[in-house]
Amino acid sequence: MTKFVKGNEAVVIGALYAGCDVYFGYPITPASEIAHAAARWFPSVGREFLQAECETASIYMVYGAAAAGRLSMTATSGPGMSLMQEGISYMAGANLPGVIVNIMRAGPGLGNVYPEQGDYNQAVKGGGHGNYQCVVLAPASVQEMCDLTLRAFELSFRYMTPAIVLADGLLGQMMETLVLPEHEQPRPDTSAWAVHATPETRKNLITSIYLDAPAQEAHNLRLQAKYAAMKADACHEAYLCDDAEMVLVAYGICSRIARTAAEALRASGVKAGVFRPLTLNPFPAEALSATLLGRRAMVVELSAGQFYNDVILALATVGGRCQEVGLCNRMGGMVMTVDDVVEAACATMRK
Amino acid sequence: MTEKKTVGMYEVFCRSGKQTRATHYCAGCGHGIIHKLITEAMVELGIQDRTVIVNPIGCAVFGYYYWDCGNVGAAHGRAPAVGTAINRVRRDAVVVSYQGDGDLGAIGFNNTFQAASRGEHMAVFFVNNAIYGMTGGQMAPTTLEGMKTATSPFGRDPLTAGYPLRVCEVLNQLKAPVFIERVSVADTRRIMQAKRAIRKALEIQRDGKGYAFVELISPCPTNMGLDSVKAALFCVEQMEKEFPLGCLRDESAAACARAPLPAAPAVNEYFCDMEQHQAPMAEEDAGFHELRLKFTGFGGQGILSLGICVAEAARLEKRYTTWFPSYGPEQRGGSAACSVVISGRPIGSPSVDRPDVLVCMNQPSYERFAKDVKPGGTVIVDATVPLTVAAPEGVRVVSMPAIDLAIKMGVPKAANTMMLAALAKLGVTGLSNEHLLTALDASFKGKPALVEKNRLLLSEAEAWMEKNLNV
Repeated sequence: MTKFVKGNEAVVIGALYAGCDVYFGYPITPASEIAHAAARWFPSVGREFLQAECETASIYMVYGAAAAGRLSMTATSGPGMSLMQEGISYMAGANLPGVIVNIMRAGPGLGNVYPEQGDYNQAVKGGGHGNYQCVVLAPASVQEMCDLTLRAFELSFRYMTPAIVLADGLLGQMMETLVLPEHEQPRPDTSAWAVHATPETRKNLITSIYLDAPAQEAHNLRLQAKYAAMKADACHEAYLCDDAEMVLVAYGICSRIARTAAEALRASGVKAGVFRPLTLNPFPAEALSATLLGRRAMVVELSAGQFYNDVILALATVGGRCQEVGLCNRMGGMVMTVDDVVEAACATMRK
Repeated sequence: MTEKKTVGMYEVFCRSGKQTRATHYCAGCGHGIIHKLITEAMVELGIQDRTVIVNPIGCAVFGYYYWDCGNVGAAHGRAPAVGTAINRVRRDAVVVSYQGDGDLGAIGFNNTFQAASRGEHMAVFFVNNAIYGMTGGQMAPTTLEGMKTATSPFGRDPLTAGYPLRVCEVLNQLKAPVFIERVSVADTRRIMQAKRAIRKALEIQRDGKGYAFVELISPCPTNMGLDSVKAALFCVEQMEKEFPLGCLRDESAAACARAPLPAAPAVNEYFCDMEQHQAPMAEEDAGFHELRLKFTGFGGQGILSLGICVAEAARLEKRYTTWFPSYGPEQRGGSAACSVVISGRPIGSPSVDRPDVLVCMNQPSYERFAKDVKPGGTVIVDATVPLTVAAPEGVRVVSMPAIDLAIKMGVPKAANTMMLAALAKLGVTGLSNEHLLTALDASFKGKPALVEKNRLLLSEAEAWMEKNLNV
C-alpha cells in the first residue's frame, strides 16, 4: 500500500509500525507536522498522544515511558533539541531506549526555519553532559523518514540507548510516495528491566546515579563497550562509486542534491559518485575510507564543515589515503543548487 | 514475641552498597518519617505491587534504597513529566512523585503546574523544609523572609529575592486537582494528620480518580543550623505562619475513576481503510525527460494544492515525483510556492532552482523566479501580473486570465484550476489530460459537488485558450 505524504508524516507512520506506544511533543517549525499527524493517528489506533508543556518535559516523558517499558518518541527542531539534551543524557545514563526526531532548521539561536544540518555535532557527539552516544540515523527520502524511524526503535532497543533520526526541514516538508511497512513490529519484552507496576517488575530500578566513583567509571566502561559494539550496524549507500574519480560525500537531503550533481558531472565527462551514510553514529568509517581510497572527494553539507571533520577523522583513523577532500557547504537555511555542487566538484578535481 | 516483618520497605538497605538498616538521613530530618508514612499507607491499601515512586534529586535521591516498589529516578524538577508518562502508559500504576522545594518549586515548577493542570493521575508529596538540603543549605523558593541561607547570607530580602512560594495556594487556582492539603511532620499529632493526607492521596490513585498534592512541612536540622527539637519548633512556630496547615481541596468523593480506553483498529487496518484509491508504483522509464515545475503566488490562491494535484497526476502515470512547499513564516507572510519534480527514475534534488515550467499568480513571484526558467521552458503567468521583467531568451511566456475567469464563473478561489487547465492545454507537464483530470477530481473527494463545477471551469479555460492563444 502506498501513500503520498510529507516526510514529517512518514515519521509517524514508521513509528506506529514500529509499535510506538506513545508520542510526546511540543510544536516547532519545521517539525510540527509530526505532532499534527501523531495527534490524529496515535489515538486513532489506540495509542497515546500528549502535547507537553515544553521540550524538557517532552524528553522526560519519553524517559518515563521508557522506564515503564513502553516504546515512545518525540520530535522537534534545533532550539527544542537543545532543551532536550539533558534528558537525552539521563536516558543514555539510565540505559533507556526511545526515539527523538530532529527536523533541523538553521541556527544558532532562534535562527530561522529553513533547512540546515548544523545540529550534526550535537547529535553524533553526544550533545548533553557526560560520555555517551546516541544512535543517529540520516534519512534522505520520505520512504526513509518512515523506514529509518522504524529502524531507530529497533536499534534503540537493541543497544538500550536513545536513537536520533536526524533530518532537516526540506525532508520534513517534502512529499513523496511512501510504501507502507507490511506489518507492525512485535513489541520487545521489557519486563527484565523496566518498571511495569507489576509484582514481577517491582524489583526493577531505573536510575543513572552511581555516587561511588569506581562504580560510575565501571558504568562508563560498560557504556563505551556498548558503543563499540554498535559499529556492527554502520550502514551506507554508494551510488555510481565503482569507477568514480570524484566521490561526493553527503547525508540526508544533501545526498539527493549530490546524486543529481553526480549525474550532471558524468554527463560532462567527470566520473562522479555519491557515498552516503545512513547511520551517522555508528559512522561507516571503514566503508568510507575504502571508497575514497586513491580518489578525490568532496563533502556536501548544510553546516560549517561539521560532517567534513568526521570524514577527515574517518580517513585518519582507518588510514585510508584520499587525494583531496573538498567542501561544498551552505548555512543559514540556504541550500546549495546542483550547479553549485558541480562547480565545486570541478574545482576540487583541478586541485 | 516475634519480630514484626518489614513490608513495603527493604529489611536491609543493600542498594546503598552497605548491609545497613540505617537510612542516610541526618538525625531529626523529616524525610525518614515521610518515607515511612508513604510505605505504611502503600501497604495498608494493598498497592505495593502497583506503586511506582519517581525518586527526586536532592537528599531523597536514594529513596530507592528503602522503598520496596517500582522506582524510577528523575532529574531535578522533572518528576512530574516522568510521572505523567508512567501514568499514561501504565494505567494501573499508582504513581508517586516525591519532590523537595527546590526541585518542585524552582527548577520544575512549570512541570508541576502543568501536570496538576492536566490532572495527571499521580500523588505528589512535596517536602518543604524551606531550604536546599543536599546541595548545601542554599535559598529555596520556600525560604522564609529574613531567613539566612548560603545564598541569602544577610537574610532573604523579598525586594530582591522575592517572597516564599505558597505552592498549595497556587495549585488551588487550577481546576483539575482532586485533593490539595498541607500537613507537617514536626510532632506526633501533626504526623498523624500527615499520615491521613498521604493515605488519602494514595487512595485517590488506587481508585484512578486523579491528581493529589500533599505538601509536608519538614525539619532540616543540618541546614537550618538547629538541633532536632529546635528545627521541629521552627517548623511549627515560623513556617506554619507562612504556610498554614490544612486541606485546601478534597473532591475525592465526587471524582470519577478514569474511563478505559476505547477499542481501536490495528495500524494496518487503519491506514488501509483511510486510503480510498491506490496509485500504482512508479516505473523506470529512461525515455522520459525529467521535468521540474515551480508554482508560485499568494497564500490562499491554491498554489500548494495545484502542485499536489500535478504530483498526484504524475503518480497515476507511474512517474517518480516529489513535491516541496515553501513553509514557515514565508507561507504566512503572504507568498506561497512549491516545487514539483516529475521523473522516469528516482529523483535526486527535490528543490527546483531552474524550472522547466513556472506558474506565477502574482507579481512578486514573477519578478523573482521568471529569470531562472530554463531555455525552452514555459512561464504561465496570470494576466493581472504586468510583465515588468523579460523572461530569458527561448522561454515562452503565456499570460492567462485565470483569476478573472474564475471570478467570472463565480468561483474566485478556483483560479488554480484555471492554471491547471492551462498546463494541460499547453501540454507542458508531460502528463496525460486524463490523469490530470482524475487527480483534480480526487482532490475534491470530500466535496463531490465541486467536482462538476471544476470540470466546467476547466472547459471554460480551455475555450478561452483555444480562442485567444490558438492552442
